Amino acid sequence: MKTEVFEPRIVAFCCHYCAYSSADLAGVMRIQYPPNVRIIRTPCTGRLETEYFMKALENGADGVLVAGCLEGGCHFVEGNLCAKRRVNYTRDLLEEIGIEKERLRMVNISAAMARPLADTITDMVETIRKLGPSPMKPNGKLKQESCT
Amino acid sequence: MIVAQRKNIPELLAIVEKHRKVLLLGCGTCVTVCLAGGQREVSIIASALRMAAKLKGRPLEVEELTIERQCDNVFLEQAAEAIKRNDAVLSVGCGAGVQAIAERFASKPVYAGLNTAFIGILEERGVWTEKCAACGECVLHLYGGICPITRCAKKMMNGPCSGSREDRCEVNPDRPCAWQLIYKRLKEIGQLDRLKELKKPKIWRSSQSGGCRKIIREDHRV
Repeated sequence: MKTEVFEPRIVAFCCHYCAYSSADLAGVMRIQYPPNVRIIRTPCTGRLETEYFMKALENGADGVLVAGCLEGGCHFVEGNLCAKRRVNYTRDLLEEIGIEKERLRMVNISAAMARPLADTITDMVETIRKLGPSPMKPNGKLKQESCT
Repeated sequence: MIVAQRKNIPELLAIVEKHRKVLLLGCGTCVTVCLAGGQREVSIIASALRMAAKLKGRPLEVEELTIERQCDNVFLEQAAEAIKRNDAVLSVGCGAGVQAIAERFASKPVYAGLNTAFIGILEERGVWTEKCAACGECVLHLYGGICPITRCAKKMMNGPCSGSREDRCEVNPDRPCAWQLIYKRLKEIGQLDRLKELKKPKIWRSSQSGGCRKIIREDHRV
């Protein structure tokens, strides 16, 4: 019988000034990263609100990656630090709900860090693969558990 | 401004346990400013509740709505339709808002989603502190605008307790000694002589000891 391999779907919010550019650079350098991420360009990670992460996860994203500039290197001075606090708050909220907080992660990447970005995405995909599909999906954990 | 805090998600889920369709009603006034029950928080809490319910395999529909002011019947009318089509209301307004809904919509269960904490101000981004105990008989004019009832741990009315260290309160060293603040402030505005006046024990009749209070303005009644 053919077994389906779980391919995580990860929403990656990438800052225009760093992570998005490094993803671009990865392409130019022919560095490959798993195609499991759906990149959303944001003007700054400081623009992101808790709602964004919650809606992505509620609507079935297996994971959410927030990629902002290196600390101290934000184009808008401290947008990435605001994002860090919001990500931490949301991770606590996920724990309250009963969802693994590892499904949401923030990383700091500069525009020149194409290789680290690819490694981060690979690592995130592997983390989510271990956690399994989001329980928010119609065919998520709950259904799987009820079948066994 | 009234300052409140969200109850945690498992508690909220337990509160609406008996219902399938719940209206999560936010308030656009105080609790929006203190980031506890405005439109954004309604959106976040609604998502969290739906996710938590789904994890438990519980059917739960959460409708989101935020009105300008929950403690006012005129504004409450805007929520009438939504309240009607849901089994219950989970209000993320202050205690006054929750009770206003309960009075206006007598047949609908209404629950509080927030813990209403105090009357306070935004000290800095993300930090709120209590400033007023709503005692009903304001004495701020005697103390240079610093309330000894709210801000002194022992509610001292005639000077410090002598337990303060430097300018810190002995009950909680994270807090400044209210009497230190009062002295500095009165000195700055040249009213130190106010401290020589002996204040009689405060009359608490106007406070909460006799149940809920009421103010009637005959000139505004119809």
